[in-house]
Amino acid sequence: MVPGFDPHNGRPEMYGNAYIETTPKTAGKSLTENEDPVKLAEFEARIAHGEKIEPQDWMPAEYRKQLIRMIEQHAHSEIIGALPEGTWITRAPGFRRKLALMAKVQDEVGHAQLLYSAAETLGKPREDMINDLISGKSKYSNVFNYPAETWADTAIIAWLIDAGAIINQVANSKGSYGPYCRALERICTEESFHLKYGHDNVVYLATGTQVQREMVQDALNRWWPPIMHFFGPSDKISVHTETLMKWKVKMASNDDMRQKFLDEYVPKIWDLGLTIPDPDLKKNEETGKWEYTEPDWEEFKRVINGDGPCNKERLAVRRKAEEKGAWVRRALIHDNEQYSIPLA
Amino acid sequence: MKSYDPRINRLNLPKEENKEKALTPQENWATFEVFHQKKRGEQHVHVGIVHAPDPDIALLFAKEQFGRRRVTANLWVVKSSEIHASDYDDQDIFSTTPEKTYREASDYYVMDRIRKYQQAHGIEDRKELKRKKP
Ligand SMILES: [Fe+2]
Ligand SMILES: [Fe+2]
Repeated sequence: MVPGFDPHNGRPEMYGNAYIETTPKTAGKSLTENEDPVKLAEFEARIAHGEKIEPQDWMPAEYRKQLIRMIEQHAHSEIIGALPEGTWITRAPGFRRKLALMAKVQDEVGHAQLLYSAAETLGKPREDMINDLISGKSKYSNVFNYPAETWADTAIIAWLIDAGAIINQVANSKGSYGPYCRALERICTEESFHLKYGHDNVVYLATGTQVQREMVQDALNRWWPPIMHFFGPSDKISVHTETLMKWKVKMASNDDMRQKFLDEYVPKIWDLGLTIPDPDLKKNEETGKWEYTEPDWEEFKRVINGDGPCNKERLAVRRKAEEKGAWVRRALIHDNEQYSIPLA
Repeated sequence: MKSYDPRINRLNLPKEENKEKALTPQENWATFEVFHQKKRGEQHVHVGIVHAPDPDIALLFAKEQFGRRRVTANLWVVKSSEIHASDYDDQDIFSTTPEKTYREASDYYVMDRIRKYQQAHGIEDRKELKRKKP
Protein backbone atom coordinates (compact mmCIF):
# COMPACT_ATOMS: atom_id res chain seq x y z
CA MET A 1 0.00 0.00 0.00
CA VAL A 2 1.16 3.50 -0.77
CA PRO A 3 2.25 5.18 2.46
CA GLY A 4 -0.14 7.87 3.55
CA PHE A 5 -2.88 6.76 1.16
CA ASP A 6 -5.99 5.74 2.98
CA PRO A 7 -8.12 4.27 0.21
CA HIS A 8 -11.23 5.03 2.20
CA ASN A 9 -10.56 8.72 2.07
CA GLY A 10 -9.36 8.67 -1.51
CA ARG A 11 -12.86 7.81 -2.80
CA PRO A 12 -11.85 4.81 -4.87
CA GLU A 13 -14.98 3.39 -6.41
CA MET A 14 -15.28 -0.21 -7.38
CA TYR A 15 -17.29 -1.84 -10.12
CA GLY A 16 -20.11 -2.74 -7.80
CA ASN A 17 -18.63 -3.26 -4.42
CA ALA A 18 -19.62 -1.51 -1.25
CA TYR A 19 -17.41 0.15 1.28
CA ILE A 20 -17.97 2.89 3.81
CA GLU A 21 -16.01 6.01 3.41
CA THR A 22 -14.59 6.97 6.78
CA THR A 23 -15.01 10.68 7.11
CA PRO A 24 -14.67 12.63 10.31
CA LYS A 25 -18.49 12.56 10.44
CA THR A 26 -18.88 8.79 10.29
CA ALA A 27 -15.71 7.71 12.10
CA GLY A 28 -16.49 5.75 15.23
CA LYS A 29 -20.24 6.00 14.63
CA SER A 30 -22.55 3.07 14.32
CA LEU A 31 -24.39 2.66 11.03
CA THR A 32 -27.65 2.08 12.87
CA GLU A 33 -27.52 4.84 15.42
CA ASN A 34 -31.05 6.17 15.06
CA GLU A 35 -32.80 2.99 13.93
CA ASP A 36 -35.76 1.35 15.65
CA PRO A 37 -34.18 -1.68 17.38
CA VAL A 38 -37.22 -3.95 16.89
CA LYS A 39 -37.49 -3.26 13.16
CA LEU A 40 -33.74 -3.56 12.78
CA ALA A 41 -33.75 -6.97 14.48
CA GLU A 42 -36.55 -8.20 12.18
CA PHE A 43 -34.71 -6.88 9.15
CA GLU A 44 -31.45 -8.56 10.11
CA ALA A 45 -33.21 -11.82 10.96
CA ARG A 46 -34.80 -11.88 7.51
CA ILE A 47 -31.40 -11.50 5.85
CA ALA A 48 -29.83 -14.09 8.16
CA HIS A 49 -32.54 -16.53 6.99
CA GLY A 50 -31.50 -15.94 3.39
CA GLU A 51 -34.69 -14.03 2.55
CA LYS A 52 -34.53 -11.07 0.19
CA ILE A 53 -35.45 -7.48 1.01
CA GLU A 54 -37.99 -5.91 -1.35
CA PRO A 55 -38.34 -2.17 -2.09
CA GLN A 56 -41.50 -1.77 0.00
CA ASP A 57 -39.87 -3.26 3.13
CA TRP A 58 -38.57 -1.27 6.05
CA MET A 59 -34.80 -0.91 5.84
CA PRO A 60 -32.12 1.02 7.75
CA ALA A 61 -31.31 4.39 6.18
CA GLU A 62 -27.68 3.38 5.78
CA TYR A 63 -28.63 0.16 3.93
CA ARG A 64 -30.64 2.21 1.46
CA LYS A 65 -27.86 4.77 1.04
CA GLN A 66 -25.11 2.21 0.50
CA LEU A 67 -27.19 0.22 -1.99
CA ILE A 68 -28.15 3.29 -4.00
CA ARG A 69 -24.52 4.30 -4.24
CA MET A 70 -23.30 0.84 -5.13
CA ILE A 71 -25.97 0.00 -7.72
CA GLU A 72 -25.78 3.46 -9.24
CA GLN A 73 -22.00 3.21 -9.67
CA HIS A 74 -22.42 -0.20 -11.17
CA ALA A 75 -24.93 1.23 -13.67
CA HIS A 76 -22.56 4.09 -14.56
CA SER A 77 -19.77 1.56 -15.11
CA GLU A 78 -21.91 -0.31 -17.63
CA ILE A 79 -22.92 2.76 -19.59
CA ILE A 80 -19.43 4.29 -19.62
CA GLY A 81 -17.92 0.84 -20.21
CA ALA A 82 -19.74 0.74 -23.53
CA LEU A 83 -17.60 3.65 -24.79
CA PRO A 84 -14.04 2.24 -25.10
CA GLU A 85 -15.32 -0.82 -26.97
CA GLY A 86 -17.89 1.16 -28.94
CA THR A 87 -14.94 3.06 -30.41
CA TRP A 88 -14.11 -0.05 -32.45
CA ILE A 89 -17.52 -0.87 -33.92
CA THR A 90 -16.86 1.01 -37.15
CA ARG A 91 -13.43 -0.59 -37.52
CA ALA A 92 -14.07 -4.15 -36.34
CA PRO A 93 -12.26 -6.66 -38.55
CA GLY A 94 -14.99 -8.49 -40.42
CA PHE A 95 -18.74 -8.43 -40.44
CA ARG A 96 -19.35 -11.15 -37.88
CA ARG A 97 -17.12 -9.45 -35.31
CA LYS A 98 -18.81 -6.12 -36.02
CA LEU A 99 -22.23 -7.66 -35.35
CA ALA A 100 -21.00 -9.39 -32.20
CA LEU A 101 -19.38 -6.21 -30.87
CA MET A 102 -22.53 -4.20 -31.53
CA ALA A 103 -24.54 -6.84 -29.67
CA LYS A 104 -22.13 -6.78 -26.74
CA VAL A 105 -22.13 -2.99 -26.49
CA GLN A 106 -25.91 -2.97 -26.66
CA ASP A 107 -26.01 -5.52 -23.84
CA GLU A 108 -23.82 -3.28 -21.67
CA VAL A 109 -26.16 -0.34 -22.18
CA GLY A 110 -29.04 -2.70 -21.37
CA HIS A 111 -27.23 -3.65 -18.14
CA ALA A 112 -27.08 0.02 -17.21
CA GLN A 113 -30.85 0.29 -17.76
CA LEU A 114 -31.54 -2.74 -15.55
CA LEU A 115 -29.29 -1.41 -12.81
CA TYR A 116 -30.63 2.17 -12.90
CA SER A 117 -34.09 0.65 -12.50
CA ALA A 118 -32.98 -1.39 -9.49
CA ALA A 119 -31.46 1.73 -7.87
CA GLU A 120 -34.62 3.67 -8.69
CA THR A 121 -36.74 1.34 -6.54
CA LEU A 122 -34.76 2.71 -3.59
CA GLY A 123 -35.99 6.23 -4.27
CA LYS A 124 -33.41 8.02 -6.43
CA PRO A 125 -34.84 9.14 -9.80
CA ARG A 126 -32.90 8.14 -12.90
CA GLU A 127 -32.44 11.77 -13.98
CA ASP A 128 -30.60 12.48 -10.71
CA MET A 129 -28.30 9.52 -11.22
CA ILE A 130 -27.42 10.54 -14.76
CA ASN A 131 -26.85 14.14 -13.66
CA ASP A 132 -24.51 12.94 -10.91
CA LEU A 133 -22.58 10.86 -13.42
CA ILE A 134 -22.19 13.67 -15.93
CA SER A 135 -21.23 16.30 -13.36
CA GLY A 136 -18.52 13.98 -12.00
CA LYS A 137 -20.18 13.73 -8.57
CA SER A 138 -20.72 10.00 -8.86
CA LYS A 139 -17.99 7.61 -10.01
CA TYR A 140 -17.73 4.59 -12.27
CA SER A 141 -15.19 1.84 -12.65
CA ASN A 142 -11.73 3.30 -13.11
CA VAL A 143 -10.73 0.93 -15.95
CA PHE A 144 -12.96 2.78 -18.39
CA ASN A 145 -10.82 5.91 -18.10
CA TYR A 146 -8.22 4.20 -20.28
CA PRO A 147 -8.38 4.09 -24.08
CA ALA A 148 -8.75 1.08 -26.39
CA GLU A 149 -5.76 1.79 -28.62
CA THR A 150 -6.02 -1.16 -30.97
CA TRP A 151 -8.47 -3.92 -31.88
CA ALA A 152 -6.54 -6.18 -29.49
CA ASP A 153 -7.46 -3.86 -26.60
CA THR A 154 -11.14 -4.58 -27.21
CA ALA A 155 -10.34 -8.29 -27.14
CA ILE A 156 -8.57 -7.96 -23.79
CA ILE A 157 -11.39 -5.80 -22.39
CA ALA A 158 -14.13 -8.19 -23.50
CA TRP A 159 -12.27 -11.17 -22.09
CA LEU A 160 -10.55 -9.99 -18.92
CA ILE A 161 -12.47 -6.91 -17.80
CA ASP A 162 -15.72 -8.78 -18.35
CA ALA A 163 -14.23 -11.74 -16.45
CA GLY A 164 -13.56 -9.43 -13.51
CA ALA A 165 -17.06 -8.01 -13.79
CA ILE A 166 -18.54 -11.51 -13.76
CA ILE A 167 -16.70 -12.44 -10.56
CA ASN A 168 -18.05 -9.29 -8.96
CA GLN A 169 -21.57 -9.75 -10.28
CA VAL A 170 -21.90 -13.41 -9.38
CA ALA A 171 -20.91 -12.54 -5.80
CA ASN A 172 -23.34 -9.61 -5.64
CA SER A 173 -26.22 -11.63 -7.11
CA LYS A 174 -26.31 -13.56 -3.83
CA GLY A 175 -26.82 -10.33 -1.88
CA SER A 176 -29.93 -9.34 0.02
CA TYR A 177 -31.68 -6.74 -2.12
CA GLY A 178 -34.27 -8.38 -4.39
CA PRO A 179 -34.29 -5.98 -7.37
CA TYR A 180 -30.47 -5.89 -7.56
CA CYS A 181 -30.26 -9.70 -7.44
CA ARG A 182 -32.88 -10.05 -10.19
CA ALA A 183 -31.04 -7.58 -12.43
CA LEU A 184 -27.73 -9.35 -11.82
CA GLU A 185 -29.12 -12.74 -12.64
CA ARG A 186 -30.14 -11.56 -16.08
CA ILE A 187 -26.83 -9.68 -16.50
CA CYS A 188 -24.74 -12.73 -15.61
CA THR A 189 -26.52 -14.81 -18.27
CA GLU A 190 -25.64 -12.21 -20.90
CA GLU A 191 -22.05 -11.84 -19.68
CA SER A 192 -21.25 -15.43 -20.60
CA PHE A 193 -21.49 -14.43 -24.26
CA HIS A 194 -19.19 -11.44 -23.67
CA LEU A 195 -16.57 -13.63 -22.03
CA LYS A 196 -16.64 -16.24 -24.81
CA TYR A 197 -16.58 -13.56 -27.48
CA GLY A 198 -13.60 -11.84 -25.82
CA HIS A 199 -11.72 -15.09 -25.35
CA ASP A 200 -12.35 -16.04 -28.98
CA ASN A 201 -10.84 -12.75 -30.14
CA VAL A 202 -7.78 -13.08 -27.89
CA VAL A 203 -7.21 -16.69 -28.98
CA TYR A 204 -7.51 -15.70 -32.64
CA LEU A 205 -4.81 -13.04 -32.28
CA ALA A 206 -2.58 -15.09 -29.98
CA THR A 207 -2.55 -18.03 -32.39
CA GLY A 208 -2.19 -15.81 -35.44
CA THR A 209 0.73 -14.14 -37.19
CA GLN A 210 3.71 -12.65 -35.38
CA VAL A 211 2.21 -9.17 -35.80
CA GLN A 212 -1.11 -10.31 -34.31
CA ARG A 213 0.65 -11.96 -31.36
CA GLU A 214 2.63 -8.81 -30.63
CA MET A 215 -0.51 -6.75 -30.87
CA VAL A 216 -2.36 -8.81 -28.25
CA GLN A 217 0.72 -8.98 -26.00
CA ASP A 218 1.01 -5.17 -26.12
CA ALA A 219 -2.65 -4.82 -25.26
CA LEU A 220 -2.28 -7.19 -22.31
CA ASN A 221 0.72 -5.19 -21.07
CA ARG A 222 -1.30 -1.98 -21.26
CA TRP A 223 -4.34 -3.43 -19.54
CA TRP A 224 -2.66 -5.41 -16.77
CA PRO A 225 -2.32 -2.48 -14.31
CA PRO A 226 -5.97 -1.38 -14.74
CA ILE A 227 -7.02 -5.03 -14.35
CA MET A 228 -5.12 -5.23 -11.06
CA HIS A 229 -6.82 -1.98 -9.98
CA PHE A 230 -10.21 -3.33 -10.97
CA PHE A 231 -11.23 -4.84 -7.62
CA GLY A 232 -9.91 -1.89 -5.64
CA PRO A 233 -7.33 -1.64 -2.85
CA SER A 234 -7.33 -4.06 0.08
CA ASP A 235 -10.30 -3.43 2.33
CA LYS A 236 -9.72 -1.99 5.72
CA ILE A 237 -11.76 -4.33 7.88
CA SER A 238 -13.81 -2.07 10.09
CA VAL A 239 -17.01 -2.39 12.07
CA HIS A 240 -18.75 -0.75 9.13
CA THR A 241 -17.48 -3.34 6.68
CA GLU A 242 -18.71 -6.08 8.99
CA THR A 243 -22.17 -4.52 9.13
CA LEU A 244 -22.30 -4.31 5.33
CA MET A 245 -21.32 -7.96 5.12
CA LYS A 246 -23.96 -8.96 7.67
CA TRP A 247 -26.53 -7.06 5.60
CA LYS A 248 -25.29 -8.84 2.49
CA VAL A 249 -24.53 -5.59 0.73
CA LYS A 250 -20.84 -6.35 0.53
CA MET A 251 -20.41 -9.96 -0.52
CA ALA A 252 -16.66 -10.47 -0.73
CA SER A 253 -13.50 -8.55 0.06
CA ASN A 254 -11.64 -6.84 -2.76
CA ASP A 255 -8.62 -9.07 -2.19
CA ASP A 256 -10.71 -12.26 -2.27
CA MET A 257 -12.19 -11.31 -5.61
CA ARG A 258 -8.78 -10.38 -7.03
CA GLN A 259 -7.43 -13.77 -5.92
CA LYS A 260 -10.36 -15.55 -7.55
CA PHE A 261 -9.72 -13.68 -10.78
CA LEU A 262 -5.98 -14.51 -10.79
CA ASP A 263 -6.74 -18.13 -10.01
CA GLU A 264 -9.11 -18.51 -12.93
CA TYR A 265 -7.45 -16.39 -15.59
CA VAL A 266 -3.68 -16.30 -15.14
CA PRO A 267 -3.37 -19.98 -16.20
CA LYS A 268 -5.58 -19.31 -19.22
CA ILE A 269 -3.35 -16.39 -20.24
CA TRP A 270 -0.24 -18.53 -19.85
CA ASP A 271 -1.90 -21.30 -21.91
CA LEU A 272 -1.60 -18.99 -24.91
CA GLY A 273 2.11 -18.39 -24.34
CA LEU A 274 1.43 -14.76 -23.43
CA THR A 275 3.37 -13.12 -20.63
CA ILE A 276 2.03 -11.01 -17.80
CA PRO A 277 4.03 -7.84 -17.11
CA ASP A 278 4.73 -8.66 -13.47
CA PRO A 279 7.91 -10.69 -12.80
CA ASP A 280 6.79 -11.38 -9.23
CA LEU A 281 3.43 -12.87 -10.13
CA LYS A 282 3.23 -16.46 -8.90
CA LYS A 283 1.03 -18.73 -6.89
CA ASN A 284 2.33 -19.57 -3.46
CA GLU A 285 1.52 -23.28 -3.31
CA GLU A 286 1.67 -23.31 0.48
CA THR A 287 -0.84 -20.54 1.10
CA GLY A 288 -2.76 -21.19 -2.13
CA LYS A 289 -2.65 -17.44 -2.72
CA TRP A 290 -1.26 -15.44 -5.61
CA GLU A 291 1.62 -13.12 -4.93
CA TYR A 292 2.03 -10.06 -7.10
CA THR A 293 3.54 -6.61 -7.24
CA GLU A 294 1.14 -4.11 -5.67
CA PRO A 295 -0.25 -2.02 -8.52
CA ASP A 296 0.37 1.71 -8.39
CA TRP A 297 -2.42 2.89 -6.09
CA GLU A 298 -1.26 6.49 -6.44
CA GLU A 299 -2.10 6.32 -10.12
CA PHE A 300 -5.42 4.68 -9.31
CA LYS A 301 -6.26 7.51 -6.96
CA ARG A 302 -5.19 10.15 -9.46
CA VAL A 303 -7.20 8.65 -12.32
CA ILE A 304 -10.34 8.12 -10.25
CA ASN A 305 -10.21 11.75 -9.20
CA GLY A 306 -10.38 12.87 -12.80
CA ASP A 307 -6.82 12.84 -14.08
CA GLY A 308 -6.88 9.79 -16.35
CA PRO A 309 -6.32 9.72 -20.11
CA CYS A 310 -10.05 9.56 -20.95
CA ASN A 311 -12.06 10.89 -17.99
CA LYS A 312 -12.95 14.17 -19.68
CA GLU A 313 -13.81 12.55 -22.99
CA ARG A 314 -16.07 9.93 -21.37
CA LEU A 315 -18.16 12.48 -19.49
CA ALA A 316 -18.25 14.93 -22.38
CA VAL A 317 -19.51 12.22 -24.75
CA ARG A 318 -22.22 11.23 -22.27
CA ARG A 319 -23.24 14.86 -21.82
CA LYS A 320 -23.37 15.44 -25.57
CA ALA A 321 -25.60 12.39 -26.01
CA GLU A 322 -28.02 13.65 -23.36
CA GLU A 323 -28.02 17.15 -24.83
CA LYS A 324 -28.66 15.91 -28.34
CA GLY A 325 -31.62 13.80 -27.25
CA ALA A 326 -33.11 16.41 -24.94
CA TRP A 327 -35.49 18.03 -27.45
CA VAL A 328 -37.07 14.68 -28.32
CA ARG A 329 -37.53 13.67 -24.70
CA ARG A 330 -38.93 17.05 -23.73
CA ALA A 331 -41.36 17.09 -26.67
CA LEU A 332 -42.81 13.80 -25.44
CA ILE A 333 -43.35 14.84 -21.81
CA HIS A 334 -47.03 14.96 -20.88
CA ASP A 335 -47.92 17.90 -18.66
CA ASN A 336 -49.53 16.63 -15.41
CA GLU A 337 -47.56 13.34 -15.55
CA GLN A 338 -46.96 11.90 -12.10
CA TYR A 339 -43.77 10.01 -11.40
CA SER A 340 -44.14 6.90 -9.31
CA ILE A 341 -41.32 4.70 -8.07
CA PRO A 342 -41.14 1.45 -10.06
CA LEU A 343 -42.41 -1.57 -8.16
CA ALA A 344 -39.73 -4.13 -8.62
CA MET B 1 -5.57 13.24 -25.30
CA LYS B 2 -7.05 13.09 -28.76
CA SER B 3 -9.70 10.39 -29.01
CA TYR B 4 -9.01 7.15 -30.86
CA ASP B 5 -12.59 7.28 -32.09
CA PRO B 6 -12.94 9.34 -35.29
CA ARG B 7 -16.65 9.81 -34.58
CA ILE B 8 -15.83 11.42 -31.26
CA ASN B 9 -13.30 13.75 -32.86
CA ARG B 10 -16.01 14.89 -35.26
CA LEU B 11 -18.25 15.84 -32.32
CA ASN B 12 -16.11 18.88 -31.44
CA LEU B 13 -16.56 18.36 -27.73
CA PRO B 14 -16.10 21.49 -25.62
CA LYS B 15 -12.70 21.81 -23.94
CA GLU B 16 -13.90 23.26 -20.66
CA GLU B 17 -15.53 21.19 -17.94
CA ASN B 18 -19.23 21.60 -17.42
CA LYS B 19 -20.80 20.96 -14.03
CA GLU B 20 -24.32 21.88 -15.05
CA LYS B 21 -27.19 19.43 -14.78
CA ALA B 22 -27.91 17.86 -18.14
CA LEU B 23 -31.37 16.52 -17.29
CA THR B 24 -34.41 18.20 -15.81
CA PRO B 25 -36.70 16.33 -13.39
CA GLN B 26 -39.02 13.79 -15.06
CA GLU B 27 -37.33 14.17 -18.39
CA ASN B 28 -37.09 10.38 -18.45
CA TRP B 29 -40.90 10.15 -18.18
CA ALA B 30 -42.87 7.62 -16.15
CA THR B 31 -42.11 3.93 -15.70
CA PHE B 32 -43.96 0.92 -17.10
CA GLU B 33 -43.74 -2.58 -15.66
CA VAL B 34 -43.00 -5.15 -18.35
CA PHE B 35 -44.48 -8.66 -18.56
CA HIS B 36 -42.91 -11.17 -20.91
CA GLN B 37 -44.49 -14.28 -22.45
CA LYS B 38 -41.96 -16.72 -23.80
CA LYS B 39 -44.25 -19.02 -25.76
CA ARG B 40 -47.92 -19.07 -26.64
CA GLY B 41 -49.69 -20.97 -23.89
CA GLU B 42 -47.34 -19.79 -21.14
CA GLN B 43 -47.97 -17.13 -18.50
CA HIS B 44 -46.74 -13.57 -18.87
CA VAL B 45 -44.01 -13.03 -16.28
CA HIS B 46 -42.83 -9.74 -14.82
CA VAL B 47 -39.28 -9.02 -16.02
CA GLY B 48 -38.57 -5.38 -15.15
CA ILE B 49 -39.38 -1.83 -16.15
CA VAL B 50 -38.86 0.69 -18.92
CA HIS B 51 -39.12 4.47 -18.91
CA ALA B 52 -41.48 5.78 -21.58
CA PRO B 53 -43.87 8.66 -22.29
CA ASP B 54 -46.70 6.40 -23.49
CA PRO B 55 -47.62 2.71 -23.93
CA ASP B 56 -46.54 2.53 -27.60
CA ILE B 57 -43.03 3.73 -26.86
CA ALA B 58 -42.98 1.56 -23.72
CA LEU B 59 -43.61 -1.48 -25.96
CA LEU B 60 -40.87 -0.39 -28.32
CA PHE B 61 -38.33 -0.05 -25.48
CA ALA B 62 -39.54 -3.29 -23.89
CA LYS B 63 -38.90 -5.10 -27.17
CA GLU B 64 -35.31 -3.78 -27.20
CA GLN B 65 -34.65 -4.43 -23.53
CA PHE B 66 -36.50 -7.68 -22.84
CA GLY B 67 -37.12 -9.22 -26.26
CA ARG B 68 -33.64 -8.60 -27.62
CA ARG B 69 -32.02 -11.79 -26.42
CA ARG B 70 -34.71 -14.12 -25.22
CA VAL B 71 -37.36 -16.02 -27.13
CA THR B 72 -40.53 -13.95 -27.01
CA ALA B 73 -44.13 -14.47 -28.09
CA ASN B 74 -45.74 -11.44 -26.49
CA LEU B 75 -45.14 -8.45 -24.19
CA TRP B 76 -47.39 -6.44 -21.91
CA VAL B 77 -46.62 -3.04 -20.43
CA VAL B 78 -48.53 -1.52 -17.53
CA LYS B 79 -47.88 1.84 -15.96
CA SER B 80 -46.17 1.32 -12.58
CA SER B 81 -48.70 3.64 -10.96
CA GLU B 82 -51.58 1.43 -12.19
CA ILE B 83 -50.40 -1.63 -10.29
CA HIS B 84 -52.13 -2.44 -7.03
CA ALA B 85 -50.00 -4.57 -4.75
CA SER B 86 -50.54 -6.25 -1.42
CA ASP B 87 -48.43 -5.19 1.51
CA TYR B 88 -45.31 -7.17 2.42
CA ASP B 89 -46.07 -6.37 6.06
CA ASP B 90 -49.19 -8.52 5.71
CA GLN B 91 -47.34 -11.44 4.18
CA ASP B 92 -48.50 -13.71 7.00
CA ILE B 93 -52.03 -13.75 5.58
CA PHE B 94 -50.69 -16.16 2.94
CA SER B 95 -49.04 -18.60 5.29
CA THR B 96 -50.72 -21.99 5.31
CA THR B 97 -51.21 -22.70 8.96
CA PRO B 98 -50.97 -26.32 10.25
CA GLU B 99 -54.73 -26.60 10.75
CA LYS B 100 -55.29 -25.87 7.08
CA THR B 101 -53.93 -29.28 5.97
CA TYR B 102 -57.46 -30.18 4.84
CA ARG B 103 -56.58 -28.14 1.75
CA GLU B 104 -53.70 -30.41 0.87
CA ALA B 105 -54.07 -33.57 -1.25
CA SER B 106 -51.37 -35.12 0.88
CA ASP B 107 -53.60 -34.95 3.94
CA TYR B 108 -56.06 -37.57 2.61
CA TYR B 109 -55.26 -41.29 3.00
CA VAL B 110 -57.98 -43.95 2.73
CA MET B 111 -56.15 -47.14 1.78
CA ASP B 112 -55.69 -48.44 5.35
CA ARG B 113 -59.39 -48.11 5.95
CA ILE B 114 -60.30 -49.82 2.66
CA ARG B 115 -57.98 -52.77 3.34
CA LYS B 116 -59.32 -53.22 6.81
CA TYR B 117 -62.90 -53.27 5.48
CA GLN B 118 -62.02 -55.68 2.65
CA GLN B 119 -60.40 -58.11 5.07
CA ALA B 120 -63.34 -57.96 7.45
CA HIS B 121 -65.88 -58.59 4.66
CA GLY B 122 -63.97 -61.02 2.46
CA ILE B 123 -63.63 -58.71 -0.49
CA GLU B 124 -60.64 -59.68 -2.50
CA ASP B 125 -58.25 -56.86 -3.35
CA ARG B 126 -58.32 -55.85 -7.03
CA LYS B 127 -54.56 -55.71 -7.41
CA GLU B 128 -54.12 -59.10 -5.74
CA LEU B 129 -56.65 -60.64 -8.18
CA LYS B 130 -54.83 -59.23 -11.17
CA ARG B 131 -51.53 -60.70 -9.99
CA LYS B 132 -53.03 -64.21 -9.48
CA LYS B 133 -54.59 -64.35 -12.95
CA PRO B 134 -52.01 -65.08 -15.63
FE1 LIG C 1 -22.19 -5.68 -18.35
FE1 LIG D 1 -20.11 -7.47 -20.33
